[in-house]
Formats: sequence, C-alpha cells, structure tokens
Amino acid sequence: MSQIEVRFAPLTAHVRTARLVALAVARRARLDEELLDEVRLAVSETCSRAVAVHASRGSDEPVTMRLSDDHDHFTIEVVNVGTLVDDPAQSMDLVEASTRALSEAGDDPASPDAMPPGFGLAVVSGLVEDLFVTSDGQTTSVRMRWPLVAALANLAEPTAS
Amino acid sequence: MHWKLHRDGPLEADVDPDLSVSIRPEGNRTVVAVSGEIDVYTAPKLREHLIDLVATGQYQLIVDLEAVDFLDSTGLGVLVGGLKRVRSHDGSLHLVCSQDRILKIFRITGLTKVFPIHATIDEALAAGTDS
Repeated sequence: MSQIEVRFAPLTAHVRTARLVALAVARRARLDEELLDEVRLAVSETCSRAVAVHASRGSDEPVTMRLSDDHDHFTIEVVNVGTLVDDPAQSMDLVEASTRALSEAGDDPASPDAMPPGFGLAVVSGLVEDLFVTSDGQTTSVRMRWPLVAALANLAEPTAS
Repeated sequence: MHWKLHRDGPLEADVDPDLSVSIRPEGNRTVVAVSGEIDVYTAPKLREHLIDLVATGQYQLIVDLEAVDFLDSTGLGVLVGGLKRVRSHDGSLHLVCSQDRILKIFRITGLTKVFPIHATIDEALAAGTDS
C-alpha cells in the first residue's frame, strides 16, 4: 500500500494540479492506460465540486485528495468540508439533466452556465463503477476505485490451482 | 505588412498556457478554435468569448475542439450556455471533434443528440447551419 495526500486551497486554478498529480500517481501505480482519461475526468469533477462546496460555505479550508494503491486497486478519495446536502447524484438521469439545462431559460448570475447541482458527481457515477460517497457530519468524502492491471490479468487468466 | 498579416490570421487570438481561443470567419459563420484544457478554471474565458460573439451578432458558430485535450462538465455547461444563446437568435452551434476521449462525456450525458458534432471543419461547413 502506498499513499499520497495532497491538500490544496479551494481555488479553481488548483483543480488542474490535482488532475496532473492524479495522472502521475495512476501511471506509477500501473493503472491501465485506457482508464487514465477516466481518472482525469473523475478527479476534475470531484475536485471542482469540492472547491465549489467550500466556496458556497465561505470556507478557505483546504480540499484533501488521497491517492493509494494496493495489490488490486487504485483508489482516489476527495474530501471537502460540509455534509452532503447538495448532491442528488446517485439518482440523477444525466441525459434528462442535460436536456433540462438546455431548455431552462436565463442564467444564474452567481454561476452562469453551470449544469444542475450534482451533475459533476453524476458524471463520475456514470464513469466509475466503484464510487462511494459518505458524510460524517463534518466532511464529505467521495471515494473512487479502479482495478489495477495485475488484478485484471488475474481475472482474465485464472491461475491453475 | 503587419496589417496584411493580421488580416490573414485569426480575427482574434487569446493565447494562454491552459486554454487558447482563436476566432475567424468562414463565410457567414464563425469558427471558434479552442486549444488546451476546458475546466472550472478556464471555462469562464470560453464563456466570455461566446457571449461576445453573440453580443456582436455572430449567431452561426462552429466550435473546434480538435486541439482540446481535456473537457469536463463545467466545459459542457459553457457549450450548452452558448447553444442556448445562439438558439435564442435562431443561430446554430456546431462542434468539431473526432477525439474519442472528449466525445465520451458528450455520449454519457446525451449531448451527442443536442450538438451537431463533426469530425472535421470542412464537414461542419458542409453541413450548413441547421441545428
């Protein structure tokens, strides 16, 4: 098990840094090349969401991203302050939400052109099979897990007993 | 000579290490060529360009995403916002993108059915301004 923790001020400029770190660590963990774009997108969505939650609460506490890998899995956890009140992600129909975003008139001056709340997390749930969102009353954690190449190889070619 | 170079080049070029936007006319349409990464930090810049175009009466847009190497849902929101704005003037917003990793987010969100998406600029120009 190796673990890396990144803490960054809740600024949108740092979301790209989070993506770059995640990509580098995922490569080092030998995550399948085809999953790297998925990791990049998932980190972008979860970190953007965390930064937005901090901003909406006026919090300048850092956002935490933890990356770890064990023999079978590569895991990324993004932690923000606050309980989960804003995310109907698990039940959101992305296609329906996109269509609604298009037909709704008028811009919200506070967040012009934003997709509906929870949309980013819903994108992640559409991408990542192992997604766990938990809240302990003070913080919210979004944990995403991908199988590592070694684990995939074991599935494809079960070793003879 | 400077004048001529300027006329032959893009009408406007906004170069940034994270996101560059360059705008040029193609007949009665306007091509917005974007390169770099479109995320929560850079998307406001693209939004400003799209708002400016609509404000100056340019409603037939082609947004070229071929040189974009990252796009997330914040970027999608800006494109959807752009489409809403041009549609309110009976305009169109076509996309040029052949990269599977960018197209994926359009597919999972159903936006492939909302935006006309073309593999090349020529194809987008040939398709006309129906949306």
